Formats: sequence, C-alpha cells, structure tokens
Amino acid sequence: MAYTITEKILLAHTNKRSVAPGDFIYARIDLALGNDITAPIAIKAFESIGAKKVFNRNKIVLVPDHFIPAKDWKSADQAKTLQVFAERHRIKNYFEVGRMGIEHALLPEQGLVGPGDLIIGADSHTCTYGALGAFSTGVGSTDLAAAFITGRVWLRVPESMKFIFYGRPGRWVGGKDLILYTIGDIGVDGALYRAMEFSGEAIRRLPMDDRFSMCNMAIEAGGKSGIIEADAITNKYLAGRRLKVKGVRYRSDRGAGYCKIHEYDVSKIEPQVSAPHLPSNSGPVTRFKNVKIDQSVIGSCTNGRISDLRIAARVLKGKKVDSRVRLIVIPATQKIYLEAIKEGLVDIFVNSGGVFSTPTCGPCLGGHLGILARGERAISTTNRNFRGRMGHPDSEVYLSNPAVAAASAIKGRIAHPDEI
Amino acid sequence: MKFKGKVWRFGDNVNTDEIIPARFLNTMDPEELGGHCMEDIDPEFAKKVSKGDIIVAGRNFGCGSSREHAQIAIKGAGISCVIAEGFARIFYRNAINVGLPILELRDVSKISEGDYLEIDLDKGTIVNLSEDKLYKARPLSKFIQEIIKSGGLLKWIKSKGKKNAK
Repeated sequence: MAYTITEKILLAHTNKRSVAPGDFIYARIDLALGNDITAPIAIKAFESIGAKKVFNRNKIVLVPDHFIPAKDWKSADQAKTLQVFAERHRIKNYFEVGRMGIEHALLPEQGLVGPGDLIIGADSHTCTYGALGAFSTGVGSTDLAAAFITGRVWLRVPESMKFIFYGRPGRWVGGKDLILYTIGDIGVDGALYRAMEFSGEAIRRLPMDDRFSMCNMAIEAGGKSGIIEADAITNKYLAGRRLKVKGVRYRSDRGAGYCKIHEYDVSKIEPQVSAPHLPSNSGPVTRFKNVKIDQSVIGSCTNGRISDLRIAARVLKGKKVDSRVRLIVIPATQKIYLEAIKEGLVDIFVNSGGVFSTPTCGPCLGGHLGILARGERAISTTNRNFRGRMGHPDSEVYLSNPAVAAASAIKGRIAHPDEI
Repeated sequence: MKFKGKVWRFGDNVNTDEIIPARFLNTMDPEELGGHCMEDIDPEFAKKVSKGDIIVAGRNFGCGSSREHAQIAIKGAGISCVIAEGFARIFYRNAINVGLPILELRDVSKISEGDYLEIDLDKGTIVNLSEDKLYKARPLSKFIQEIIKSGGLLKWIKSKGKKNAK
C-alpha cells in the first residue's frame, strides 16, 4: 500500500494495520499545546469531570502568549490558570513571561517538536510544525482537555493535496508569498479537511523559517495540516538545538494517493499582498500601490522569526518611517529578541522611527499593542485579515511578507521593496 | 432531539472573529460571550435573537481560530442549532465535542431570514414551516454520532474511549 507522509505518521500513532482517507482513528499524541486563551477552558473542563492526573506531564506545553504580558486583569486571571495548573501537575514546559515566545515559534526553537511527531494544539496555527515533517493540527479546548487525560485525539484521516513548487524565486519572494499565492489560487476553503503537502525543488531550497510561514497558513486555506518532508535543511535546523523528541523521518511513497495536485512556477510569483477581508484576496504587491496605510506590523507566528526581522531591517536601514505611520516590530521569542539586539537590527528599527516590542501575539488578533482605530488601515506580516481582526470593525488589514511591510512603512502606502 | 426556531441568515466564510471578536476572549462566561455574538456583523444580533433560534449560513462557517468561545457564544446567545452548507474543520469538531447541534445542508438558498424551521436532529430532517418544505441534511458519520449520543467528547472518553483505544 502506497502512503503519503501524513498517512504514515497517523498510522504509526495507532495500533491499526492500515489507514485510508476518511477513516476515523483514535490516535496517540506526542505533544498537546495550550495558550492563555484556549487552555483555561480546557483546564476548567479537565477539572469539571473530576480528572486528577494528566496522561504525561512531559508531553504537555502551556504558553501564555496571546494577551501576555497581561493586558488587563481578566487576561491576567486566565494566564494565572495555566501557571497554577502547570505547578499542580508538575508540567515542566510552562513558559512564563521573560522566557516565553509566540507558541509556534517557541516550540520548534526549544526542540519540543520534530519529524514524525503527532502534535495537537488548541490554536489554529498549530499546523506550523508540519514544516519539520510532523503531523500537527489545531483543535479546540475540549479536545485539549481530553488529550490531557487520555493522551489521545480522534481524527479523520485526511485526503492529501500535493503542491509542487519549481523554479527560482525573485529577490523579495519568500515562503509567505508562496502560501498567499496558493491560498489565492485555491480559496479559503480550497483545502478544507485536507493535508497540504508542499514539495518540489523550490521547497527543497527554501530556508526553514520560510517553511514555517507556509505550513503556518495551511489553516487559512481550510487545511487540517501543512507538511514538508524533512531534508538536509530540516536536519541542519534540528542539529542546532537539543531535540527533546525522537524524530522519525517519513517520506511519501511513489504512487501515494492525492485528491489534487497543483504545480506552481515560483519565478513567476511576485511579492504578494492579501486585501481585506480574506487571505485569499491575494495579488502582486504592485496592484495595491495606491493604498495608504496607518500602521505596519512585523511579527507573529507567521513572520516573527529572525530571518523575517533581518529582511525588514535590510529594507529599513538608514531610512525613516513615514511621519504618519506607526511601525510595530514584534520578535516571536526571547531568543529572537536577543539575536535582533546583537545583530544591530533593533538599532535599525528604532532609528527608523519604529517600536520594538516584547514577544506576544498582541495586535495580530486585535488583542493589544497596536489596535486599529475606526477607518484605519494596516499592512501586516500576520496571517488573517478578517473584518475587525486587528481592531475596529471598520478597520482594514492587508497581509504581506516582512520586506513589503517594511517598504510600506517607509512610503506610507503599500510599496514594493524595490522602490526603496 | 427536536428544535423549532426562527432563522437568522448569514453568508459564506463567517469567521470566528465575527462570531466572537478576540477583544472578548478574556472571559469564558456564556452569558457575557453570548451578548457579543456576531457583534461585528450585526451589533444588535444578540438582542434580537430569541431562545431556540437557528443560524443558517453558507460555506465554510466558523473558519479561522480554534476558539471554543465561538460555540459558547452561539449557545450563550440562545441559538439552538447551526445549519450551513459547510463548516470549517476546527469549528466542526468543537461543535461535536461540546454538543452544539450542527447540520450540513447542500443548498441553503431556499431558506430565508425569518423562516421558521423544525429540525429533527436524529433523522437529519429540516422542515421549513414557512415554506412548507422538507430538506434532508447530510448524514453524520457513525463515529461522530457516537460522540454526540454520549453527550460530547468528555463523556465519550469516559464511556467508550477505553473500548475504542486500539
């Protein structure tokens, strides 16, 4: 039987002899993740049914990152729930302010996720870890509570879609552009319930941070997961950290079944911008050149990694942010924060007239640290541009890569980095 | 389970930020969340809804975040059931897991705002009392029905989880 990488990982986490798309499985998990918004509901559910013990204290990760450092006392109360639960159940992987980061940048950085793992997280962008060759998907708080108790999750084995990228990308084109282009092609429900497998020569050359950006946004096409087979670039990334997981490298079989195959020539893809109010409204940046902006946000689980900050700094070096624009740069983890200081990137951001924040999801979901006023417009390296996502229901969000967000901050309107 | 209620119509791709905006996610209180349900689409929605009313929407309902506050808000607002042409997958599993009744109907275009529907969840039938029409919802898989019949995921893992753990 020929299997896709996704089917192989799922099969390996059951006692079944075979799996096929559409099968329901009750799979063993390697890691369960919750944050300050979703874990409190899970903890409440866990306690309400009288559960006393977690299935494995080393396989649970709790990261307060959304409204943290706490934006108000109710958010502080929610985050506190995580701390108390972690202490009661001796969960080591609880990350307090000062050691935390945005969960989907933090877990790979900490070596908590690796190839072949089955990971669930009560956060829709949990699909990010597929970039390491893992099966990783977002679930809800009740799933998380059940996983805390049983170490298992019910899943429907998804059909797989294959995306083959070939050619060489242009100078300012990265993983973010490839995924925005893909979502623009297939739509926000184009991969509904399916695994998105990214492959081809352009993916094999793509740096790790860009791979994370791509798998991160699989959910924006409705996908259950995004996945890239582990290769030399993955191995190099993993070698740099003390991996706390085993790591099994699966590959899709020749002759594995795909419900759809898409092929894209990346040399023809320009830096992309997604217009309000859906990530699928994407097009080349040049189409949006007359759109004025009030704010530029560079950060999030999609594009808050060190290479994202380096790209933004390259554009901003020696330049000034437009006098009526707010530039907000948010490194995804404490480690990235320190690297940005050491490399002089923070100097560049602050000298250009921007702010540099502590790690947080913050404005991405309209939480705090950069909420838009009525009628305002932002360009942002985040992942969603739904109505009101970053603030007032009458505000607008355009999605882009970090180079475009930086160039736009300088010009005061959506701009191609080549214009700088 | 049977429900009867008035229809509130929504379009395609209703996302979780619309169902319950993130600015209200610092609470899990059903009444408080219910009071803000669909607020950014229709600021009066929570006030207009009567207990037992039904949401009818197009494709990809509940896309976006994994927040279960969406189900809590919909239930908290008094909605008895959501009918859509399709659901985003995390919203779908959360609804099953927490026991928010949902039905998939291939074509919702014949149902208008203000229609009265009678729903038989076990049979998967929807009767439009205003139009005197019967619609058949897409049947749920046996596995999903088992979770629903147990009363949600947490009750299911207590009763059947061990048996199914193979």
